[in-house]
Amino acid sequence: MIKIEHLVKNYGSNCAVDDISFEVESGEIVGFLGPNGAGKSTTMNILTGYLSSTSGKASVAGIDILRDPIGAKKQIGYLPEQPPLYLDMTVEEYLSFNFNLKRCRLDRAQHIEEVCETVKIKDVYHKVIRTLSKGYRQRVGIAQALIGKPKVIIFDEPTVGLDPKQIIEIRNLIRSLGKDHTVILSTHILQEVQAVCDRIIIINKGKIVANERTENISNMVENNRRFNVKIAGPQKDILAMLKGMSGIAYAEALAERDGDAYTYMIESEYGVDIRKKLFYQLAERNWPLVGMEALGMNLEDIFITVVDKSEEYKAVGTNVRNRIKRRPRGQEKSALEREVGASLYEDAQRQRSESSLSAASEDDDE
Amino acid sequence: MFAIYRKEMRSYFINPIGYVYLGVFLVFSALLCCYTTLISGSYDTSSYFTFLIMTFIILIPILTMRLFAEERKLRTEQLLLTAPVTITGMVLGKYFAALTVFVSGVLISCINFIPLYIIGNAERAGTESNLKHIGPITGEIVGSVIAVILLGAALIAVGTLISALTENQLSAAVITIGVIAAMVLLNVFNMLTDSDGQYLIGVYAVRAVIDWVSVLSRFSAFSNGIFDYAALLYYVSLAFVFLFLTVRVYEKRRWG
Repeated sequence: MIKIEHLVKNYGSNCAVDDISFEVESGEIVGFLGPNGAGKSTTMNILTGYLSSTSGKASVAGIDILRDPIGAKKQIGYLPEQPPLYLDMTVEEYLSFNFNLKRCRLDRAQHIEEVCETVKIKDVYHKVIRTLSKGYRQRVGIAQALIGKPKVIIFDEPTVGLDPKQIIEIRNLIRSLGKDHTVILSTHILQEVQAVCDRIIIINKGKIVANERTENISNMVENNRRFNVKIAGPQKDILAMLKGMSGIAYAEALAERDGDAYTYMIESEYGVDIRKKLFYQLAERNWPLVGMEALGMNLEDIFITVVDKSEEYKAVGTNVRNRIKRRPRGQEKSALEREVGASLYEDAQRQRSESSLSAASEDDDE
Repeated sequence: MFAIYRKEMRSYFINPIGYVYLGVFLVFSALLCCYTTLISGSYDTSSYFTFLIMTFIILIPILTMRLFAEERKLRTEQLLLTAPVTITGMVLGKYFAALTVFVSGVLISCINFIPLYIIGNAERAGTESNLKHIGPITGEIVGSVIAVILLGAALIAVGTLISALTENQLSAAVITIGVIAAMVLLNVFNMLTDSDGQYLIGVYAVRAVIDWVSVLSRFSAFSNGIFDYAALLYYVSLAFVFLFLTVRVYEKRRWG
């Protein structure tokens, strides 16, 4: 349905999108995941014909966006990062304007009613957009994208700035749209793509880092068992015990302190559920477990994991940081790492060295 | 293009801007007509049209300032540029909306001539001989109205381009006032004389160029009752050039 080949976009000497290629099948919901400034919006803007690419091809339903921009744009409904609303119009007028703008041949009243039904804005149908809340404005923006029954719908960060309830509603809405449309959405929130998408494309610094089915990415994330545990008792002994315990790949003491309880960050080995074992071991030694909190993976961890996974390391999700540290000096980097992961590795290593430095200074303070 | 035209027309009249423009324009034109014809006791409308063009310096920016600047500020241009509409269609839709408001203003202001005809008729009835034409000359008025409309069309195109270049309505308005003032008033320099009655700009070539470029000096033929096709062509080409540049500005921005 959507095909992007070797897309490059330069802003002057700054390269926003660097040789991206991917395909999206009909009926798929694809999530574009990446930190701010990764090139998500630029890619989407090129796909929708708002910007032109420096080189490369983008086509929608087999229509090249540069050769036949009008034909390609007819296939697309687009909700930009900031919904493009005319604040002085009513919802009715706005949707009607979009209907005319897209030169729809459907029955006007019926189609607009259907769209309003889908995004649940019938109760504000006659209100001026200026008076609507952020959540409703976002819905009107989505309604705009749905006008004309486009085959492809593109959402750029659709849930930014909404409250949790609205976020869930919008996500459900997007998932239901996936039944009849091909959907691409961009976000920098991992949970969002996990909740909504069939496939995840991770993009960083203008390059695709991963293009995986959601299950694969989710497995990676869930297998990364990291916890913050709060244990009352002597810090040095506990840390030594944690480090010595089988099943724990990594442990470190954090600076956080609550009475006589200290917080430690531990990471279990792949496929091991450490929680019960940890509880019994601590109980044996009479060190009360005061708290335990599972840590999600942040985007940077996933980048590292994803890049790692593509390498010869098979045990996905075990302690990433340690593995980076363990890498023998002078070992040749793989081609893939050179290509996509070099900058990430550098970042991770810098982070690692910084955190170990700060940990060392904390030890000194003790 | 038609959808955008309708949207712009609607926004002229749902915001105060369309009414402000028409109101101010009609008041100005009525006052000018009053002073140049009725009060000075003349049927000659040429100075009326010349002064009317001067008011465009202030009035046309009111029409054009928000055309694109507003869309850029609210980020709604993204909607238009990702819709199945060509950039030319978008620019023309907006341009013709501004032009429609302008033309309707000019046409409504033609009621200013009614008193002239009434007085002319009355005076003609009072005289016995039918040798001399008394009253306003219809042909001259029609020609001048057409010329004023085309001149306005050119100036609106200038304002459209400037609005496409700025993100702020106010700066669009100020720059447009400056540019239109320069275009309209340029030939004033040609009329400046020193105490000896010598032209300040003595070089003939410079005077010729200024005359050629000036929008107002091209209008002088109409004031003399001559229907000047060359001037009309000049105005139409000006409009065309500036609209073309506006389209190019948007094309360029896509590639930016």
